Amino acid sequence: MKITVASTLLLACLSVSFASQARGKLLGTPGVSQVEGSAGGGLVPWAQLAGYATEDEWAISGFCTKADVDDFSLNVCGAQANFFDRLELSYAEQDFKVNPLNTELSQSITGAKIRFYGDLVYSQWPQLTFGVQYKKLDTPAVANALGAADTSGYDYYLSASKLHLGAAFGYNLLWNATARSTSANEMGLLGFGSANHDRSVQLELSSAVLLNQHLAVGVEYRQKPDNLGLQESNWRDVFVAWFPNKHVSVTAAYIDLGAIAALPKQTGWYLSVTGYF
Amino acid sequence: MSKVFLIISAVLLIVLSGCASQPKASLYQQLGSEQGIERIVDAFIKRIAKDKTILPYFAKSSVSHFRAGFITHMCDISGGPCEYTGDSMVDIHTGMNINEADFNRVVELLVLAMEDAGVSYREQNLLLAKLAPMRGEVIKR
Repeated sequence: MKITVASTLLLACLSVSFASQARGKLLGTPGVSQVEGSAGGGLVPWAQLAGYATEDEWAISGFCTKADVDDFSLNVCGAQANFFDRLELSYAEQDFKVNPLNTELSQSITGAKIRFYGDLVYSQWPQLTFGVQYKKLDTPAVANALGAADTSGYDYYLSASKLHLGAAFGYNLLWNATARSTSANEMGLLGFGSANHDRSVQLELSSAVLLNQHLAVGVEYRQKPDNLGLQESNWRDVFVAWFPNKHVSVTAAYIDLGAIAALPKQTGWYLSVTGYF
Repeated sequence: MSKVFLIISAVLLIVLSGCASQPKASLYQQLGSEQGIERIVDAFIKRIAKDKTILPYFAKSSVSHFRAGFITHMCDISGGPCEYTGDSMVDIHTGMNINEADFNRVVELLVLAMEDAGVSYREQNLLLAKLAPMRGEVIKR
């Protein structure tokens, strides 16, 4: 249901021509949309702010993502606003299908991200941002049954990102490192913390090479805690992102999510589309 | 799956190790020396002339002065046998109050010009890498 609302919102955004006209950033430099709604790679929030707004512009973007692994599938839709490339606000709704139990978990994620130093392309040191994601689980029963301590929680993260022009044999090289303080179990879909475990710091890394102005290939790695003792795994993916113009981006990835809820070897495909207004 | 990651990581490592090895020809030579740089600058001037946003910044400029200065500057920063002794980037751009978006627009026009002049994507990036550190001397002045 919630996804339907978000999709409708996204379609409304797509069909209405916004007057923002933010085109200031270079093609591809905002990155894409990560699964929790922030600008980033696919799994990891990056230091970039969503959309093409620069210092005196604002921008709105919307996205939908589908990820399918052996026993689960995730549908996410959301939207981001970028104010003057200083502040990003985001909202996303996740629906997570648990095929073996024929049940569906959902949560909403409200995010904010502030850029406090640098520019991805031009500054000598990496662009630095601080972000927060507030997650609220709409379906608490499974999380409670598994021993989660809470059904909502905050993630805080620091991200550093840099694009090195021509650094890889003449190709542009991008990297991002994110340190996240979180108590979320499987991003929050299985609740937050447990009787014995609460908040911990997790490291998330991404790297990409731009093959030309429109195409990037890369890898991501996202460390995760195992608060519930269900062998929660670190995540990783290899992705291809396509930026035909400043209105849309499409990302496809092969994802390895390891064990989810003690079901091992969850691998599969990921597809995401972001529209920029 | 692990194999896929191994292969990708290996490819990235090989690509990254390219940073360490010095290219045989200088960027100046890769760009086609004097003639190549003239082609880029001439294409750039044509692109600027057609751009409604950027052209006004050049309203008080002499095209021939800009052409000669930019050719020498590009020759200098790409490792060619020239020394740019013209006005500083700060002096040239003071009073223009160029914002981030318009600066990027000029970068896009230069990329289009390099494409017009037949410069490969990798050489484009290497030239942009030489120019990018000067942004601070150009914008918001």
